[in-house]
Amino acid sequence: MAAKKAAAQKRSTKKPAKKAAAKKPAAKKSAKQVPLVDYLRLGARPYLAANECTNCGARFFDRRNACANCGKREFKKARVRNGAKLKAFTIVHRAAPGIPAPYVSAIVETDDGTTVRSNVVNCDPTPETVNLGMKLKLTTYPIGKDDEGTEAVAFGYEPV
Amino acid sequence: MAAKTATKSKKSTAKKKPAASKIDDNSVWLIGTDMTAFGRYPEKDAVDLAASVSMNALADGGVTIHDMDVIGAGTLFQAATGMGQRVQKQIGQTGVPVFNVSNACATGATAIRTVYLSIKAGEADMGLAFGVEQMGKMGMLTGATKKESNVYEPDGRYGAVTGVDGYLGTEGMPGVFAQAGMEYANEYDGVGFEQFAKVAYKNHLHSTLNPLAQYRKEFSMEEIMGAPTMSYPNTLLMCCPTGDGAAAAVLVSGERLKSMPKKVQKRAVKISASVLTSDPYTESAQVQPDVNTLTRNAATQAYETAGVDPKDLDLVELHDCFATAELIHYDNLGLCEKGGAGDFIDSGAPFRDGSTPVNVSGGLISKGHPIGATGVANIYEVATHLRGEAGDRQIKGAKVGLAHVIGLGSACGVHVLEKSGL
Repeated sequence: MAAKKAAAQKRSTKKPAKKAAAKKPAAKKSAKQVPLVDYLRLGARPYLAANECTNCGARFFDRRNACANCGKREFKKARVRNGAKLKAFTIVHRAAPGIPAPYVSAIVETDDGTTVRSNVVNCDPTPETVNLGMKLKLTTYPIGKDDEGTEAVAFGYEPV
Repeated sequence: MAAKTATKSKKSTAKKKPAASKIDDNSVWLIGTDMTAFGRYPEKDAVDLAASVSMNALADGGVTIHDMDVIGAGTLFQAATGMGQRVQKQIGQTGVPVFNVSNACATGATAIRTVYLSIKAGEADMGLAFGVEQMGKMGMLTGATKKESNVYEPDGRYGAVTGVDGYLGTEGMPGVFAQAGMEYANEYDGVGFEQFAKVAYKNHLHSTLNPLAQYRKEFSMEEIMGAPTMSYPNTLLMCCPTGDGAAAAVLVSGERLKSMPKKVQKRAVKISASVLTSDPYTESAQVQPDVNTLTRNAATQAYETAGVDPKDLDLVELHDCFATAELIHYDNLGLCEKGGAGDFIDSGAPFRDGSTPVNVSGGLISKGHPIGATGVANIYEVATHLRGEAGDRQIKGAKVGLAHVIGLGSACGVHVLEKSGL
């Protein structure tokens, strides 16, 4: 009886990987990656996927009930172009708690005319280096790991 | 003193629209108003502040709480506390309907408009609107920070595994409004750090004349541009502070005003337009607030309703939560040519001795911005000038003024006020 129980325990420690990983996150070498937001698609060539209204073409990055422009309810996934230009920026020196500053917050317009909110990365955060209208392209970078060793990946735009 | 300054101004120019000469039954008027000095009141609560301005506004109009048919109560951070009823319990429980409203930074204007609508609908002859906020030293207002969870799970409408503020742009207010200004700078020439800084220079300068302002200190351009950067181009001196305060106004129908004493009629201020808009769909507003389109829409409606041209305005109190915001609202409110906001500030037009004085109170930047109070306080400011009772900061001969607020999300309130001429 006791032996059976021990065997069952042994088996159970194998099965729920979550518990084991929570105890020793370092053991998980081949860390899983998750996108910071679900509209960022990772892979060999990361891109943003928008919900595009099949009636009017308006694009949205959030979960939709209907289209804010025309009110219709059908959407398809649209792959947003990775090339963009800088429409507006601010250099944030006083950031939210836990966020390293300064950083460049940006509103970019992609080559297919979609507005995206993001950061300009791989660029000095000074008004001299960041120029309105500058050409950019999408890039990704890791922002941290959770207790299970899963890595979150954010997107940003870097100067071309 | 009021009667003296209310007599026909010798300084009126041909371009000004003549003020209303008789009372239309269906018009709506302001007969009483008050505001606290903005600042910090740690020894009081929001009910104290709101009760004080409400009682003063009633007395200013020569009426009592028992004359009110409706109450509009605006507060943002205490929106769920029944603020209107709590104030009633201090100053008079008359059983009239109370509308507790919360509409971001347009909360105060929404409280005014609630009372305005009740009068227009014929349900009320007279009503009290107040806005109040007690923020203390809240620090910078920003978006939701990181989640508690230590395991990444997609959550919310964007399926985010953790807080996105700082990774996918900024949700901090100084930055959001900085970007709005920089977008304008991207579209039009002659707009940059210096033009934005000039807005703050002007409003700090104006505030030195206003005893109700939270700060009353003049700063040089060097001090403003050299202050610590919050979110470029907004430095610390280009951002409004947090604070406490309240403001109130008593509105009355034209029909009721006719039967009121002459001295009340003389000091009455006509509400020629009361407009509230939300943001219509624009492509770019899906990822950052579009503070422009709804302001343009509100201004257009307000000018049409009031039959007033932007050139007729003797003073404007607009929503300068950040210096970058004021500059783009010159354009949005039609105070300058399209794309001409940089030239407008450079020409000195919005200074108190310029062609269209803007934020002679010191604006949100220096007068302060206790959020719920702001949209009533700017109506207090405009009305006080139209009554000729603004003391040292009086704009001489002011006959027509505009008050504008915008709250992110978004909501925009615009009111056009005119001197009574009665």
